[in-house]
Amino acid sequence: MGKKRYSVFAVAREAVRHHTGWDRAWASPEPRKKYDVIIIGAGGHGLATAYYLGRNFGITNVAVLEKGWLGGGNTGRNTTIIRSNYLQDPSAAIYEKSRSLYETLSQELNMNIMFSPRGVIMLAQTEHERRGYQRTAHANALQGITTEFIGPARVKELVPIINIDGPRYPVLGGLWQARGGTARHDAVAWGYARACSEMGIHVIQKCEVTGIRRDDGGKVAGVDTSRGSIDCDKLGIVVAGHSGVLAQMAGFRLPIESVALQALVSEPIKPCMDVVVMANTVHGYMSQSDKGEMVIGGGADGYNNYTQRGSFHHVEETVRALVETFPIVSRLKMLRQWGGIVDMTGDRSPIISKTPLAGCFINCGWGTGGFKAIPGSGWGFAEMIAKGHSPLTDAFGLERFREGRFIDESVAAGVAH
Amino acid sequence: MLILECPNCGVMAEEAELVPGGEAHLKRFGPESSDADFEGYLFQRENPRGVHFERWRHAHGCGKWFHAARCTQTLEVFATYPAQTTAPPQDIRDAISAKRPGWTWREIR
Ligand SMILES: Cc1cc2nc3c(=O)[nH]c(=O)nc-3n(C[C@H](O)[C@H](O)[C@H](O)COP(=O)(O)OP(=O)(O)OC[C@H]3O[C@@H](n4cnc5c(N)ncnc54)[C@H](O)[C@@H]3O)c2cc1C
Ligand SMILES: [Zn+2]
Repeated sequence: MGKKRYSVFAVAREAVRHHTGWDRAWASPEPRKKYDVIIIGAGGHGLATAYYLGRNFGITNVAVLEKGWLGGGNTGRNTTIIRSNYLQDPSAAIYEKSRSLYETLSQELNMNIMFSPRGVIMLAQTEHERRGYQRTAHANALQGITTEFIGPARVKELVPIINIDGPRYPVLGGLWQARGGTARHDAVAWGYARACSEMGIHVIQKCEVTGIRRDDGGKVAGVDTSRGSIDCDKLGIVVAGHSGVLAQMAGFRLPIESVALQALVSEPIKPCMDVVVMANTVHGYMSQSDKGEMVIGGGADGYNNYTQRGSFHHVEETVRALVETFPIVSRLKMLRQWGGIVDMTGDRSPIISKTPLAGCFINCGWGTGGFKAIPGSGWGFAEMIAKGHSPLTDAFGLERFREGRFIDESVAAGVAH
Repeated sequence: MLILECPNCGVMAEEAELVPGGEAHLKRFGPESSDADFEGYLFQRENPRGVHFERWRHAHGCGKWFHAARCTQTLEVFATYPAQTTAPPQDIRDAISAKRPGWTWREIR
């Protein structure tokens, strides 16, 4: 508590005393016997949930339990695209809340999360896709989200390295969100963890949940972990690809399948592209990091997998598509490739919900696109845990599948991002 | 790369030759069923970390469907078997038990 703030003066002060005065960013406490709320999973969504429980509702007797290290799941493996140009109203509301929280998150958390609203283009490369994005632009106008359908000439102006008249899939235009962009993924997890720790919330790493206990009334009572059993009044499951495993411990099933999604980065090159470009028809997207690496992502595998290792032919497909769209990348060496296990729902929208186990809530199903949603999802899920429901998340309940109220975002989430 | 032996034509097929068809042995529920059964059939999935049973199609080969028993945690393939079954054959279950004692999948073990 009472940690020193990060600032330009702190950097200067530490520079003259050889960086000996930095505090640890967060504490590593021993687990208590009992908490008001336990959150399983210290990815961005779990940490943000804990943070807003403390900040917005004064609930700080909270533990976030993480089986590995914080941010080591999809939060530390994603390609960091942030945008809110979705089609349906409930999605637009939560993704735009999230995007707008990102605008000031560095100040809020006193951690530079490097939010870079450099602009995101989603290319239209078939007639069908062009109409789809025009429809999205109209929907966004009604939702109060600033997006615009731009023609091929404007695309070329924004992305000089693009080949707009590729023989197979010429660029017919694009959906442009000028305040979309990227942020530093680790810093988002670290910033929330540090702010949680500051409020007295326990972030406990290397603590795997192995069972979920219920009391005689059938309500959640606590969890068994690799560091002993811990009681709680309320439980939030926020484990992305492992949601099915935790749901099984809690005694229910989910409309979710876990598959591998991969990304790769090239060697660093001089600045050549200062916006994010997504090409959903050909299945590839690319942005340039501050170090100069081209950050590339593509499609997910089609079969269940927990190995954080995807199939090689998807990398080949992605690279093939990008070479056609951006001919200059054909000579680039790729430096690293990795995978994460993403939690896919049938309608490509998340599940933020009560569960059949009383006192147990779940936040999952963000699939290939939940980094952008971390602040908004944490905000809404904290409210749901504290008050039982939240206007931001109510539409994303599990019952929507039974009731046929899908929130269909298969176009907005067309390619993994 | 995942390699599955197609039990229909005997080819050792690389995954690029195959199309995944999702969870195996789903019991179909129709219009007369309860909401819960219908929801379970349409949407709810096992999604285990470990032993799993799936449908696959040898799309760029003989074109036929078959089943595979796989481990989603290690990518080990236990066996493939014909599509015309409603549960994994006993010898395959025994072979899995030898490698993963105590496994269960839905009501199957
Ligand atoms: C390659 C790739 C690219 C992506 N690109 C983008 C993008 O450009 N834009 C975007 O918006 N999204 C993107 N995503 C999706 C995004 O990364 C995820 O939706 C998001 O990070 C999910 O965050 P989370 O906190 O829910 O999950 P995670 O960050 O995965 O955190 C879950 C945590 O739970 C822990 N856990 C699991 N089981 C247990 C247990 N039993 N006990 C304790 N802890 C447990 C895990 O170790 C993990 O740390 C991408 C994903 C991948 C894989
Ligand atoms: Zn065959």
